[in-house]
Amino acid sequence: MKYIVCIKQVPSTNEVRLDPETHAIIRDGRQSVINPFDLYAVELAKRLKEKTGGTLTALSMGIPATERLLREAVSRGADDAVLLTDRAFAGSDTLATSYAISLGVKAVGGADLILCGKMAVDGDTAQIGPELAETLGIHHVTDVCEVLDITEKDITVKKLTEAGTVTLKVSFPAVITVVKDIVQPGLPSIAGVRKSMDAPFTVFTAAEASADTARTGFAGSPTNVVKTFTPEGRTEAVPVAASDAAEFILNAIKEVR
Amino acid sequence: MGRIVIDPAKCMGCGACVRTCTAGALSMNESDEAKNRLHRIAVIDAGLCTLCSSCVSGCKFDAIKMETEKAAVTDYHGVMVFAEQTEGEFLPVAFELLGKGRELSDDLNVKLMATYFTAKTTDEEINKEAAALIKAGADTVFAVKENEKAVKLEESFAERICAIVEREKPEILLTGATMFGRSLAPRVAANLKTGLTADCTVLNIDKETGLLQQTRPAFGGNLMATIICPKNRPQMATVRPGIMIASQKDETRKGEVVIENTEASSVAGIEILEAVKAAKTESIKDAKIIIDCGRGIGSKKNLKMVKELCEKLGAAYGCSRPLVDTGMCEYPHQVGQTGCTVAPDLLITLGVSGAIQHLAGISNAKKIIAVNTDPDAPIFTAAHVKIVADCMDVVKDMLANI
Repeated sequence: MKYIVCIKQVPSTNEVRLDPETHAIIRDGRQSVINPFDLYAVELAKRLKEKTGGTLTALSMGIPATERLLREAVSRGADDAVLLTDRAFAGSDTLATSYAISLGVKAVGGADLILCGKMAVDGDTAQIGPELAETLGIHHVTDVCEVLDITEKDITVKKLTEAGTVTLKVSFPAVITVVKDIVQPGLPSIAGVRKSMDAPFTVFTAAEASADTARTGFAGSPTNVVKTFTPEGRTEAVPVAASDAAEFILNAIKEVR
Repeated sequence: MGRIVIDPAKCMGCGACVRTCTAGALSMNESDEAKNRLHRIAVIDAGLCTLCSSCVSGCKFDAIKMETEKAAVTDYHGVMVFAEQTEGEFLPVAFELLGKGRELSDDLNVKLMATYFTAKTTDEEINKEAAALIKAGADTVFAVKENEKAVKLEESFAERICAIVEREKPEILLTGATMFGRSLAPRVAANLKTGLTADCTVLNIDKETGLLQQTRPAFGGNLMATIICPKNRPQMATVRPGIMIASQKDETRKGEVVIENTEASSVAGIEILEAVKAAKTESIKDAKIIIDCGRGIGSKKNLKMVKELCEKLGAAYGCSRPLVDTGMCEYPHQVGQTGCTVAPDLLITLGVSGAIQHLAGISNAKKIIAVNTDPDAPIFTAAHVKIVADCMDVVKDMLANI
C-alpha cells in the first residue's frame, strides 16, 4: 500500500504580509506551521499504514524552507518527503497547485490513497483535494470523519454531510480529505524526530517533475487577485451599561424573532 | 498560455532551434512526417518547453510558431447557476444564487440558466418543479434526470454539468458553497481547467471589461480579496448560503425547460453503503440567534446556566475553541475558523475575547452584542454593541427577567 499525505505550510500567526504588486502571500517560512487540518491527515495516514503496511510519503509544493515542515511530517509518521519547489510554481492558484501536486504524485510513482486536510486555514478554499482527484482522474471523498475499514483494494469511510453522514466504499486510487478530530494527532516522538533528520527528502523542480510551465505558477493560474483591501471597519460599537445589559439583550432578541 | 508548434513542411532540419532552446526541449528526431523526407525534423517536448519563444526567432525558415491558445472567451455567453436539491427540494441557496445571477445577467444583457438534477420522472412533473427556478429568475432550466436519489455523487454530477457547460458555454457558473457544492465545484473547475473562487461574498460585473469581479474574505476575514478570471471560461464561483438575496418570486415569468436524459457513465468504484440522517439537532450554522460562549463564562456549571438560557430564548449555543479543547463543549458547537462559520441575525458573545480565528467565524453575523469584562478585548472591534460586564451577571439577570 502506498500512501501520500499532502501538507501545506500556512502562517502561524495572524500577521499576514502580502506582496503589494502581485497580492500574493509572502511565504518566507519564518513563522509557518503545517496547516492544522493536515496534521489530522498525517496522523490518520500513519495509523492506516500501521494497519496495512506500506509506505507513507509526505508531499508539498512550496518554498525550499517547507523542508522543515515536511521533516516534521516525517517525525509524525511519514517515511519520506517530497517537495516541489521552483520559481515556476510561484503564485499558483488552486488549479495550478493541484496540477503541480498531481505531478508530484506521479513523480513518486502514484499512490493508492492520498490524504489531505479538509482545507487550509489561510486560503480556506477546500479545493485542492477535489481538484487533485479530478486532475489525476481518480475518486475523491471530502469531509471524511471516520475510516471504518481498509483493504488492499478499497477503503470504507464515513463522511459528514449537512444532513448527517454517508458511508461509502471507495476503490483505490482515491483522494480523501479529512475533518478535524478524525484522530487525535500525537506529538512527534523522539525516535520520530531522529528519523526525520536523515529520512529521504527529495526535491523536484518544475522540469524534474515534467511540468508544463504553461500550467504552473502565475502563468498557469486562471484566477488573478486584482485587489486586496481590509474590510470596511464597522462603526464603533455602541456601549450599553452593564446594569441595562440583560434588558437590552432580551429586547434585541425579541426584535429579531 | 500557449504552445510551440513546428511545421514539418517548412522545417529544413538545420537544428538551429536545438541550439537556441534554453530548456533543452527541442531535439532532432525521426518522425512520421519525416519518414518520406530526406532529413530529420525538429520535435519539441512540451513537458520541458518553457515557452520562451527563442526558437521562434531562431528559425530561419519560419517553421516554428508560438500558438497562443485561443481561449475563445468570446464564445461564452450567459450566466449559469447550479441549483442544488436535497431529497427533491431546492435548497434556499439555489434561489439566492438565482437572485444574484439575475442581477449579473441583466448587467451583461445575457440569459440566466439553471442546471439541476431531478428525481422526478415525467415531463409534467419536471416542468412543474423547474417552474420554481424560472419564477426565481431563470430563463432556461436544464433538468438532468437522476435516478440515484439518496446520495449525490460529485463525480457523476460533475461529468454531466461539464457536458452541459461545454454545450451551452456560460461565461459564469455559480454554485452554492454547501458541503456538496464545495466538493463538486472544484471537480468541475479542474475538469474544465478554469478558475474557481470559493466563498464569494460580493459578485459584480466590471463595467469596462465585462469580467466577473469575485470578492471573498481571506485570512479569516482580515482581508478581502477581489479576484478575476480573465482568460478562462466559465468564471466559476461558490457562494455561501445566506449571503446573497433571493429575488422576489415572479409568478408570471416564462422560461424554457430542457430535460436532459444523459446518463452518467456509472461511477464504478464508489459504493454507497449507508446514509444516516443525524437527529435534528439545531445546527448553529442555520441558527437565527446564537449565544456564543468564551472562556469568560468560567465553569461547566455556568455553561449549564447558559444552555438553560438558550433553551428559554430559543437560541442556539456556540462556543470558542478553548471550551472544546478543555472538553466543556462539543465540537459541533465550535464557532470560528476551525469550527463553524455562522451567519445569525443576532449573535451574543459572552466572555469571548475575540481571537482572530473566532472573529473569522462570526463576521457574517448581522448584529453582534459582545459582553466581556475587559474593555479592550478585541471582540469589541467586531461588535455592534459593547457591554463591559461580567457575562454571568448578565446571564443571571436575563434568566430572572425572561
